[in-house]
Amino acid sequence: MSAQGLSGEAGYVRSLFDFYVTRGRTQIQSTLQYRVATYFWLIGMLAEPIVYLVVWTTIAEQQGGSVQGITTGEFAAYYIVWTLVRNMNIVFTPYGWEGRIREGELSAALLRPIHPLHDDLAAFAGWKPVVIVFWLPIAAVLWLVFDPVLDPTLLEVGVFFFAIWGAYLIRTMFMATLGMITLWTTRVSAIFEIFIAIELLLSGRLVPLRLMPDWAEDVASVLPFKWSFFFPIDALVGDLSTGELLGGLAMQAFWIVALTGLALLVWRFAVRRYSAVGN
Amino acid sequence: MTEPAVRVAGLNKTFLVPEREAGLRAAVKSLFRRQHREVRAVDEISFEIATGEVVGFLGPNGAGKTTTLKMLSGLLYPTAGEATVLGHVPSKRERAFLSRITLVMGNRNQLQWDLPALDSFELNRAIYRIQRPDFTPLRDELIELLDVGDLVRKPVRNLSLGERMKVEIVGSLLHRPQVLFLDEPTIGLDVTMQKRIRGFIAEYNGRYEATVLLTSHYMADVVALCRRVIVIHHGKILFDGPLARLGDSLAAWKTIAVDLTGGGADLSSYGDVIGRDGDRVTLRVPREETARITARLLAEQDVADLTVEDPPIEDVIEMVFGQGNE
Repeated sequence: MSAQGLSGEAGYVRSLFDFYVTRGRTQIQSTLQYRVATYFWLIGMLAEPIVYLVVWTTIAEQQGGSVQGITTGEFAAYYIVWTLVRNMNIVFTPYGWEGRIREGELSAALLRPIHPLHDDLAAFAGWKPVVIVFWLPIAAVLWLVFDPVLDPTLLEVGVFFFAIWGAYLIRTMFMATLGMITLWTTRVSAIFEIFIAIELLLSGRLVPLRLMPDWAEDVASVLPFKWSFFFPIDALVGDLSTGELLGGLAMQAFWIVALTGLALLVWRFAVRRYSAVGN
Repeated sequence: MTEPAVRVAGLNKTFLVPEREAGLRAAVKSLFRRQHREVRAVDEISFEIATGEVVGFLGPNGAGKTTTLKMLSGLLYPTAGEATVLGHVPSKRERAFLSRITLVMGNRNQLQWDLPALDSFELNRAIYRIQRPDFTPLRDELIELLDVGDLVRKPVRNLSLGERMKVEIVGSLLHRPQVLFLDEPTIGLDVTMQKRIRGFIAEYNGRYEATVLLTSHYMADVVALCRRVIVIHHGKILFDGPLARLGDSLAAWKTIAVDLTGGGADLSSYGDVIGRDGDRVTLRVPREETARITARLLAEQDVADLTVEDPPIEDVIEMVFGQGNE
């Protein structure tokens, strides 16, 4: 196997850890260079969950305080945690892949003796701590305004911590695989739009999955979307048993392995088509 | 016998390029019937480069130089043929290979745009797994050699093109590559900066016995650094040999400089008069007729001095490059 792959020789883990820490640090510095822009962007992103929250709160109030057993306070908790999970969910998009392939910017990454997926993972992981710090005051304001009901156990908090990083890995691998399609199609935007539509419906981003018909919930359970969005929120906000919490982490692990394998397989064939235009 | 650092045998690269006429009608037509054209960028080229050798890779735009460099550095998969660099097949892009080469392109940016170059150097340390006791002295040495001590602390976006190129080069050499592929490393730089970078490449080559394959449109780069040149045109190698012999192979003429004692004579019947400075006349004559014309001049004119020379290397290259635009 190419030494550029995601596994390998002795000392590999230690040097990989060194790379992740160093890359994460540079990303934190880059993000802080544009802290005001990042903050405004973060505030702009709030429009989507607030619209959902207001709609569901209004419906719940009209139906006597709840919709299918979910109270206004639980909706508030769902969508406030949603804002954090959504930020954890932001990864290098297929649009980004499309740009780097079409403009030839992938060349610099290909010359380095490390897989470009590591660079993407480390860069966006480094971006997260800054965003989380920025998110805290926003969450505090939302908390005061919408009065959520949130009383997680220690186990739920622990599972949530791992689940948001699991979600990050699942979505990174999914998006990278989609992005690599650019090497066959030149443009991947249309495919990405279809992906986003399906993800909106089956991930719990638009509607909590508990409000969907049973068959839709069943379909969502066997696809990766739920595990990269709804599960982390449900782990903290919902009332899952220990078995369901650990089973959810196991499902995330399954999707991480499956999608990483898929991404590496697609990469193996895709990179041969790279024409390094311009750079 | 030692293994060459670079070995290329029958290397080919063909691109399939979509093609259509300009205009809306052609655009609609291409929806139903896409047309492609095969462009053979590199066509059956073969050469070897010994360890420590500095070779100029010359040719007009679109000749296939950069495509070859990209194949040798593992960015492009060859369509056919073989290439090995330091015993590795570049297209496999093994860590052991990528850790021992570098590709510097005049228009490429591998540094973190918003951060000082020092942070990018630190990232390269982690990427190339350079031990800190090796990293810090080498980084400082490279910074000193290129005199960029005051530049590496500024965000890269605030550097000029020339300044950025210098710090790019430092970043590209931190892992002490044994093979350097340099694609127009001095493009867009002023004369002083070009000279500095040339000096640096020569210094690096001498100090680490690094192998260098260099493309440049600046003859000064080639003359200062390369004893051997490979000329490529339309994807094929036209010449591979000592720089000093390039004229013999590619130029169909020689120049004869004649100092006349009488002065003022019309020498246009001997060849093209390309210069006149007092009693000194410079003629361009067909290579195969040089001896006959020289004999005629000596017999028929009052010659005080006569020298026969190959055409200047710049003229030969200009001629080859000019063919690319025909």
